[in-house]
Amino acid sequence: MAKAAKPDKEPENEKTPVVITPLDFEKPIIAMEEKIEELVRMSIESGVDVADDIAPLRRQAEEIRGKLYQSLKPAQKLQIARHPQRPNFLELVQMMSPTVWVEMHGDRSGSDDRAIIGGIIELPKTGPVMVVGTQKGRSMKENLVHNFGMAHPEGYRKALRLFQHAEKFKMPILTLVDTPGAYPGIAGEEHGIGQAIAFNIRELARLKTPIISVVTGEGASGGALGIGVANRIYMLEHSLYTVISPEGCASILWRSAEFAAKAAEALKITADDLLSFGMIDGIIKEPQGGAHYEPSEMALSMLDIIDPAFQEMKDRSGQELTEQRYEKFRKIGAYLELVPQA
Amino acid sequence: MNTRLSDEELSRLWTQCFNCHENLPSRELENNLMVCPKCGYHFRINAEKRIEQLCDSFVEIDAQLSPTDPLDFTDTEPYLKRQKDAEKKSGLKDAIVCGIADILGQKTALAVMDFTYLGGSMGSVVGEKITRLIETAIDAHLPVVIVCSSGGARMQEGTFSLMQMVKTGAALARLHEAGLLFVSVLSEPTFGGVTASFGMLGDIIIAEEGARVGFAGRRVIEQTIRQKLPADFQTASYLLQYGQVDMVLPRHEITPQLAQVIRLHRQSSGLNPIDDRLPAVAVH
Repeated sequence: MAKAAKPDKEPENEKTPVVITPLDFEKPIIAMEEKIEELVRMSIESGVDVADDIAPLRRQAEEIRGKLYQSLKPAQKLQIARHPQRPNFLELVQMMSPTVWVEMHGDRSGSDDRAIIGGIIELPKTGPVMVVGTQKGRSMKENLVHNFGMAHPEGYRKALRLFQHAEKFKMPILTLVDTPGAYPGIAGEEHGIGQAIAFNIRELARLKTPIISVVTGEGASGGALGIGVANRIYMLEHSLYTVISPEGCASILWRSAEFAAKAAEALKITADDLLSFGMIDGIIKEPQGGAHYEPSEMALSMLDIIDPAFQEMKDRSGQELTEQRYEKFRKIGAYLELVPQA
Repeated sequence: MNTRLSDEELSRLWTQCFNCHENLPSRELENNLMVCPKCGYHFRINAEKRIEQLCDSFVEIDAQLSPTDPLDFTDTEPYLKRQKDAEKKSGLKDAIVCGIADILGQKTALAVMDFTYLGGSMGSVVGEKITRLIETAIDAHLPVVIVCSSGGARMQEGTFSLMQMVKTGAALARLHEAGLLFVSVLSEPTFGGVTASFGMLGDIIIAEEGARVGFAGRRVIEQTIRQKLPADFQTASYLLQYGQVDMVLPRHEITPQLAQVIRLHRQSSGLNPIDDRLPAVAVH
């Protein structure tokens, strides 16, 4: 069957150049680059050729920038993962599947939680895919709609409805995780946020369709797991996976949120950490400085990993897939076992 | 006077109720399953006492599992030191005791969490022991009962703790498919990653009277929404009102009710325990 024609132009951010808000640790290098540009301007105005002096300065600046991003501390990665301009779920989905997006609303029990969004997309090789993820807003207004990516039980139940829909039609499932956690509120507790997350974990474990989960920003706590049980798990280079937000951990164990940077370090939450623990299958490299510098490049890198990964799982039976998913989590744990004397 | 008892001896004989402040003879309190005979306050009990109250017989399995320190974690104290202190305080290697129990004639795979050990938090050992228990139950056609008492996932083991939620949840998925019964007993307190995994996955969920159960802690919610919460928020009866648990029971009714629901479901499903598939230690 003929595929829907692709639009002439990829929806790249060509409209207006986006001004990136720099993070505090980026400011020294940005100041240096501004100085260089100022020199260039001055040389043009004064007619003095400084090209030979500028080139090495530029190289040096580039080198410093490169090194800066390769030696980021967990707390700095946390800042990148939470950058307000980081591409969010809907943006990534649109860039990965520019022509097909069939959003499916609601939990069929009285609610449509906008913190978790899902629908059908089409990937070049895999074809139709059910994609579900947490959505953070770009503006304050959007964030109020999406509750900063913090879902209520209704969001997890909507996600489950979509997972079961995918199962019925043998559609692979892709989940994109970027959440500070499930929303801690009154209604959430009354409507069973714990039950909703637990039930999703159990049901995701039983599905026979292939599941890939990608942590695109913050993968925090049970709120991440409610859509995070998968055959393969990937993390974007600067994303994080953690049992509790570093602030929350600091305020409990150090009795002050001021120790968040220390907690971020101690909790070992970076993509490199998780890969070394064998908990994830791979790291998806981000554009220099983070996904927000080149969102479309980010989306294409994700596609380069996700699409072939689904291809590899395509011929596995449902039973093989559930067994592989079980074993993946079954082996996680660090304990000593003294063998009792026979 | 040399006939007078020391303070220590006195406090062994008498216990003051946290709730009504009545001085109670310790033996009377104990005979009443650690429930205040005056006001009904349920004292928090450790795993040993809980097992004693629930079981006619109990054979522990996987007692040899003990924690490590996968993250080399230190907050205000090293995690390894916290483990040692907790072991001394609780007499346990970690926050859970698992085994094969006889509950009024019903053979059951039983796990009991112990709040005395690092707030009953779930790390790798808790996750592994629960998973093994569930796998044993699937193999030997046993029902599973887990008595929860936990502050949630153990932060000192980071994502190792977090992933135990999936490990145990996935094991329960298999138990579910095997058509076997899982009863979750929520005792004071059950929170966080335990609530959001096996805690709320019971086919039958029993909350013990007076237990507080939730996902987020009260303080976190108050800080987030910037308002005071009702006094009964997250209590067992509050959960019942919102449809989150099947029943709220006083402590002395838990054992007979467990035996009854196990019997009813076993009878209906026709799945009876297969003794020769039990772990060697558990066969009498």
